[in-house]
Amino acid sequence: MLNVTIDGQPLQVEKGTTILEACEFLGIEIPTLCNLEYLSPEGACRMCVVEVKGIQNLQVSCATPCTEGMEVTTMNERIYAFRRLIIELLLANHNTDCFNCSANGECKLYQYAMEYEVEKTRFVNTRGTPPVDDSNKFFNYDPAKCILCHRCVRVCNERQSNRTLGLIDRGVKTTMGLPFDQLFIDSNCVSCGNCVSVCPTGALTTKASKKFRPWEVTKTRTTCPYCGVGCQLDLLVKNGKVVGVEPADGKANQGLLCVKGKFAYNFINHPDRLKTPLIRKEGVLTPVGWDEALDFVTAGIKKIREESGPDAIAGFSSSRTTNEDNYVFMKMMRAAIGTNNVDNCARV
Amino acid sequence: MKETRILLAQAGEITPTSAKEYGAVGGYQGLKKALAAPDKIVDIIKASGLRGRGGAGFPAGLKLSFTANTPADQKYIVCNADEGEPGTNKDRVIMEKVPHRLIEGMAIAGVAVGADKGYIYLRAEYPYVAEILEKALADARENGFLGTDILGSGHNFHIELFIGAGAYVCGEETALLDSLEGKRGEPRFKPPYPGVAGLWGKPTVINNVETLANLPGIVANGPAWFRQTGTETCPGTKLFSLSGNIANPGVYEFPIGTSIRTIFQEAGGGCPGGKKLMAIQTGGASGNIIPASLLDTPMDIDCCAKAGATFGAGDLMFIDDDQCLLDILENLMEFFEEESCGKCTPCREGNTQLLYLVRKFKDGTAEDGDLELMLELGNTMTGGCLCGLGQASPNPILSAVRFFPELFKTKSTQKGRVS
Ligand SMILES: Cc1cc2nc3c(=O)[nH]c(=O)nc-3n(C[C@H](O)[C@H](O)[C@H](O)COP(=O)(O)O)c2cc1C
Ligand code: SF4
Ligand code: SF4
Ligand code: SF4
Ligand code: SF4
Repeated sequence: MLNVTIDGQPLQVEKGTTILEACEFLGIEIPTLCNLEYLSPEGACRMCVVEVKGIQNLQVSCATPCTEGMEVTTMNERIYAFRRLIIELLLANHNTDCFNCSANGECKLYQYAMEYEVEKTRFVNTRGTPPVDDSNKFFNYDPAKCILCHRCVRVCNERQSNRTLGLIDRGVKTTMGLPFDQLFIDSNCVSCGNCVSVCPTGALTTKASKKFRPWEVTKTRTTCPYCGVGCQLDLLVKNGKVVGVEPADGKANQGLLCVKGKFAYNFINHPDRLKTPLIRKEGVLTPVGWDEALDFVTAGIKKIREESGPDAIAGFSSSRTTNEDNYVFMKMMRAAIGTNNVDNCARV
Repeated sequence: MKETRILLAQAGEITPTSAKEYGAVGGYQGLKKALAAPDKIVDIIKASGLRGRGGAGFPAGLKLSFTANTPADQKYIVCNADEGEPGTNKDRVIMEKVPHRLIEGMAIAGVAVGADKGYIYLRAEYPYVAEILEKALADARENGFLGTDILGSGHNFHIELFIGAGAYVCGEETALLDSLEGKRGEPRFKPPYPGVAGLWGKPTVINNVETLANLPGIVANGPAWFRQTGTETCPGTKLFSLSGNIANPGVYEFPIGTSIRTIFQEAGGGCPGGKKLMAIQTGGASGNIIPASLLDTPMDIDCCAKAGATFGAGDLMFIDDDQCLLDILENLMEFFEEESCGKCTPCREGNTQLLYLVRKFKDGTAEDGDLELMLELGNTMTGGCLCGLGQASPNPILSAVRFFPELFKTKSTQKGRVS
């Protein structure tokens, strides 16, 4: 264990703990833009700087490991002025039009600008306003609102392993983009939307998100119904309708989702959605109750087994079922019906 | 005072690429000693007091010891030959004239830390140097100084030449390693330091060309010999790159601690056309600009720091009083606006804003508050950028404001001339 002092408070931390993590222990809030759980520390945005006794330059708390005897100051005039200037610099080349922005209400840049009392930047726009890429079916990319935190790049490369997003050019011309200036629709993007989920500003936003503000929705934690992975997610509900999905930090998904979990929620309110079992009666699919449907199925199974034996029956379970459901289904086929003809379509 | 040629002693005397000719004038003696007693080398370099010649002046022996003391199945020696700092061209002279000195230095470092593989990361703009190095490397291999079982010692050391792709930031050691690994060249967060986890995560010694070229002499002749030249805290000679308004631009070798005046007059021949010296940019494009009145500053890391100059990699750009310093600052900031890697906010966004502010002073459109903003921004970058590029790029402006405050008047009609 290492002994550190943060804002005068002594603390013991394990080796490898970053200053930011140590601050979290003590409930000291540090502003961050590029740092995010499960992504490699980048130290790029420089918002999380703190003063370490004996070191002249400010240190980024997200990546700097604690050392024995370290004394850290997390707020003073110098740190406040530094963070303020970072916000001003980011706003200079930012298309600040919060009224028309899907991130309104959950934008970290806006949040810190308020917190650090930056009403207006003293710097000028030197980069112009590049065009929006709205080619993806589910989300838009507006580079003029990108603060180059690299969260999307890291999630795409390190976690989704899709390698669609990267950094293009250097210096003031640096942009987050796709190889050969491709549009999203022309690229190898699989529309998982994880980049959108991690973006702290309005640069990557879902097409649907303009129609609701974060304070208008309630969140319902649930398990994605699409496959056996069992990702955890939050349904965003406004006026009784699901309007969006956010990944949750579940054991199986740790903040990631695939395209189905993230975007395929419109079936919930779709008029074509099946809501009751159907039995074909005289050639016409007719809605029935569950009791009638299950009686019909069990009667059919029993009849086939009597007439042709259990091996005339095969069971095939959906990939949308969980491991536990599959186990029970297998038991039913083998123990209750008496056949080994059981399989699962096992694909996402 | 004439040049003191130690590193460049054989320059022009031998066929640069010939290992035999280099051997005939005392070359490869250091390597032989190193092969005989590999365990002693780190201490010898430590005792010599050699400091890195790439700009930061880090003690070379200490750097070797980090890698020597980190157990690993594979270690690397990387030679930083990116030489991207505008105004620096001293590494080129070493590689062009005495390439075997560099090769021998790398092999010594390899033997000392237990690395059997080295890379030379060469600036893309030096294609002719690549040819010379390839020939010299081939000749060293042929004569048994490189490769498997060097000089029958059982030690192996291989060197591969790698050509950069033209980004200034790839001279920064960790960006260079990323570039070597085939990635976008961006500085890494440190720690871990390359000495412990560098190229492909393996312990890596990364040194400047000139630093490595100093190793053969030190190992062959001993630390005491090395300390005869230079100053107590910065022993040895240094190659100085002279550019700008100077009669004899070029690379000259002087003991560390020689005054700028001596170098300016004896080697440089003063400003051409009888012009008067106004200022000197020391230490390269990201170094401080000092007035001619500081001409007697000794070129030594500590003296430079005290006087407000930059030692850096030993660059001296002389500026006569026909020049407009604001033009020069604009040009420098255009360079940094483009060459920032774009990773961290204060450098990516700061250099472009510094450029715009400098232009306002140049055009006479600066308003009240612009000077304060420029200083606040410059100091913020110095104290909080991720790597040396953004930490140093405001230096020319900050030093110019300190030494030439009359240039930075708001709504000024003055166009930057001081005489
Ligand atoms: C932006 C930037 C550019 C650099 N360019 C070079 C270079 O071209 N050559 C070099 O030797 N060192 C360069 N350095 C310094 C290296 O990071 C590193 O300190 C040096 O290679 C260490 O070698 P030394 O200890 O032998 O000096 C640069 C540093 C920065 C921040
Ligand atoms: S990204 Fe944030 S700061 Fe920018 S316009 Fe949108 S809400 Fe405003
Ligand atoms: S698009 Fe969003 S997540 Fe990606 S770099 Fe820009 S601001 Fe960061
Ligand atoms: S469908 Fe996608 S989001 Fe849903 S559980 Fe499977 S992998 Fe996770
Ligand atoms: S200081 Fe500049 S060059 Fe260095 S990491 Fe930051 S943006 Fe890149």
